[in-house]
Amino acid sequence: MRAAVIQFPGSNCDRDMAVAIRQIMGAETSLVWHREISLPDNLDLIAIPGGFSYGDYLRSGAMAARSPVMQAVVAAAHRGVPVLGVCNGFQILTEAGLLPGALMRNSGIRFVCRTVRLTVENSQSIFTSQYDSGESIAIPVAHHDGNYFADAETLDRIEGEGRIAFRYAEPVNGSSRDIAGILNDSGNVLGMMPHPERMIEDVHGGSDGRRLFEGLIRQIA
Amino acid sequence: MKTRVFVTLKNGVLDPQGKAIHHAIESLGFSGVHDVRAGRLIEIEHEPGLSTSDLETMCSKLLANMVIENFEIEQAA
Repeated sequence: MRAAVIQFPGSNCDRDMAVAIRQIMGAETSLVWHREISLPDNLDLIAIPGGFSYGDYLRSGAMAARSPVMQAVVAAAHRGVPVLGVCNGFQILTEAGLLPGALMRNSGIRFVCRTVRLTVENSQSIFTSQYDSGESIAIPVAHHDGNYFADAETLDRIEGEGRIAFRYAEPVNGSSRDIAGILNDSGNVLGMMPHPERMIEDVHGGSDGRRLFEGLIRQIA
Repeated sequence: MKTRVFVTLKNGVLDPQGKAIHHAIESLGFSGVHDVRAGRLIEIEHEPGLSTSDLETMCSKLLANMVIENFEIEQAA
């Protein structure tokens, strides 16, 4: 099994993500710098980690989405390679057009950094197969721009197609319909603001994030 | 040659920053302000030959996120 974690200037969850993928999935994981124009061959997973790529200049994720490696990521996503974007990774995936909508400033203006309750909405995806639908899990968030926005028609569509993977079960950032994570139309791209890679063993305060990676092993193998 | 690009939030998109600025204006003692919306001004120095359509493409591909924002282009003197 092979995975790549993309690194941008300002990424800061890249190593945590690589540790989670290596330890839980046992995947050979490369860190790929944003200036690369190609990705390693035969990838089973691409992860876009959290952080503050390019200092959040212009808009969170805007510069990273136009960096050279993202063309290869977009092409791989269109071929069906699973792509996981967490936090800044979610912002980058919306800016790159792989996911609909946009992540705006939190409605309370403040940076929110705490563990929150999520409800698993879709347990049929390759990322969520090890959770139960409707299950409540605890995963940390750490973001300033996590307020998911899309027009009503788009929201109705993604909701109707079962593409909301996770919802916040408590007020966090003002997201439309409490959206914490969404899937693309073919189900191989997941963007989520909460950090599953920060909740993978008891010393982290819980391990609810672990099953996301465990589920991927089953789906990919 | 200089062009100014104004990027503003679309109508109906909530603007928490504008709201916070509005509160701050009121806390300075100013009254009569109904609403504040924050945007972004980008100044571009360029060759005179750069076409309007190139500028528009720059705006829609990068400078504005068309999901939430509009842009206006103004040729500066």
